[in-house]
Amino acid sequence: MEEPIIRITGLTKHFGGGENEVAALEDINIEIRRGEIFGVIGLSGAGKSTLVRCINLLERPTAGSVVVDGKEMTALGPKELRQARKSIGMIFQGFNLLMQRTALDNICFPLELAGKGRKEAVARARELLEVVDLASKEKAYPAQLSGGQKQRIAIARTLAMDPRVLLCDEATSALDPKTTRDILRLIQDINKRLGITVVVITHEMKVIEEICSRVAILDHGSLAETGTVEEVFANPRSEAGRRLVYPDGVPYEVLRQEAACARVIRVAFNGGTAYQPLIASLAIDCGVKANILGADTRNIDGRAFGTMLLGLPEDEAQAAKALAYIRSQKDITVEEVPDYHE
Amino acid sequence: MSENLIELLISWGVDARKAASQVEYLAGATVPFAIWETVYTTVLSTLFAYIIGLPLGIILVTGEREGIRPLPPALMKILNTVVNLLRSVPFLILMVCVKPISRFILGTSIGTVASIVPLTLAAAPFVARVVESSLREMDRGVIEASQSMGCSPWQIVTKVMLPECRPSLITGFTTATITILSYGAMAGTIGGGGLGAMALLRGYGRQETAVLYVAVIFLVILVQIIQSIGTAVAVKTDRRIQHTQTKRRKGT
Ligand SMILES: Nc1ncnc2c1ncn2[C@@H]1O[C@H](COP(=O)(O)OP(=O)(O)OP(=O)(O)O)[C@@H](O)[C@H]1O
Ligand SMILES: [Mg+2]
Repeated sequence: MEEPIIRITGLTKHFGGGENEVAALEDINIEIRRGEIFGVIGLSGAGKSTLVRCINLLERPTAGSVVVDGKEMTALGPKELRQARKSIGMIFQGFNLLMQRTALDNICFPLELAGKGRKEAVARARELLEVVDLASKEKAYPAQLSGGQKQRIAIARTLAMDPRVLLCDEATSALDPKTTRDILRLIQDINKRLGITVVVITHEMKVIEEICSRVAILDHGSLAETGTVEEVFANPRSEAGRRLVYPDGVPYEVLRQEAACARVIRVAFNGGTAYQPLIASLAIDCGVKANILGADTRNIDGRAFGTMLLGLPEDEAQAAKALAYIRSQKDITVEEVPDYHE
Repeated sequence: MSENLIELLISWGVDARKAASQVEYLAGATVPFAIWETVYTTVLSTLFAYIIGLPLGIILVTGEREGIRPLPPALMKILNTVVNLLRSVPFLILMVCVKPISRFILGTSIGTVASIVPLTLAAAPFVARVVESSLREMDRGVIEASQSMGCSPWQIVTKVMLPECRPSLITGFTTATITILSYGAMAGTIGGGGLGAMALLRGYGRQETAVLYVAVIFLVILVQIIQSIGTAVAVKTDRRIQHTQTKRRKGT
């Protein structure tokens, strides 16, 4: 198979030291293929920004390796690193344009860095303004542009570097839904037409659904799962994946299918025995293995309160046995969860 | 004309002889010359103070641990301490202290030109702090964006930080110039020239109130001019507020 354009191995990043050390990333392994749009999703504080910033080494990893386009980024000296960064574009939630330069001059900036003459730079910048559909705003300053327009200029500015990879850190999070869609379409277009590999960081499922081919779910600094968007969204395997795909709780039908059980019951604890002993004694006394599909219980002074969803085996006799056993317990009520169709 | 002035002063209760000598002094070439001395002392001292203070201010920002080009913490500590020490010595005392340096550089420690050396040295740490505080307003995200484009620290300073902070740097420059102007006026007491010497030595020293007021009025005018130009340039060149400006213009 083709060598991935970005290969992240054992990436670990800790901030601070001593007592207030924060483990922002822990042993991350990701491979991003040439030409794909790869999404990284996770809740706030999951370490998404830290992860992308480790790709172009804005953040130096504590451990692990980051290979971009065949170069081990962590091994580069300052000068080589600057050179390598020129083929990795990055756009941000806050746009980060130069406020004292016009739209055109913002796009000229990386060209100036590359030592291009003014005439050549302006000509190229004008082309890129066309690409992002903002030719009329050439002389405008960022303060005169809307958020969506600013992001377009920022995109044109990174394109001026002729990058192989485009990193987008919450690039649409400051924009309204319509503008978000337009910007995503532009990114998709760039990916298709110019063959630039895109890494999209976001906390919005919509963004991933819209443009990504594969996705990684980040949870508290660890990689919860990776896969194609269809796979992960249809069947999230990790706890974090479920929380993202089903923010309002997992639908019963999904639970039931997964657990391969015919019946789902809701057990309510009203201050009796805690749930672990119940599951254990179910197995020991009745020989019934129940699946915990979800639980929202609290232990107060060794007594359990709350509810739990249990999946019972297909076998009718066993299920009946289990139900009878649970019903016989003190301070526990049981009800069957009817088919999940409203 | 001058007779009328003398009469006016006398009518205010000024001694006739003193009134005549003051008007004679003010009518002569001494006042324009004092203005000229003040202007060039201020301009040159500000220039030299920035030659030292601007790089120093930049280093104070970029050399930090979190800066774009961290320097050894010990070095940063020394720089900060030196700047603070120099800033905490009252200016007049500092000027007296650096007189020997003035003598070393120029061969003399007396006179208008000689006062430029202590002025420069006294103002440089102040300038460094002014520059530092302007550069600290810089949006970190923009610096990161330039780093992600492969900017070297030098390019970040010259192409990003200084141009992006231009309005604030100009405002700071205005403040620094005015401060140096007033420092220069105090230098009149230790052998400097200009409007300050005129106000202090003649106006205050000889109790020539008319001379004192004239000197003060010209100092005020100079400060006003510097401030107005500084503010106008800072506002005019700030591209962040153009938006609201054009809007306001349309609105009215
Ligand atoms: N410079 C830093 N110093 C100390 N801790 C940091 C630093 N940057 C990030 N962290 C910590 O690392 C963790 C991950 O932060 P990160 O910014 O990568 O999260 P994120 O997933 O991008 O969140 P968000 O969606 O809010 O942007 C957080 O706990 C954060 O507090
Ligand atoms: Mg983030």
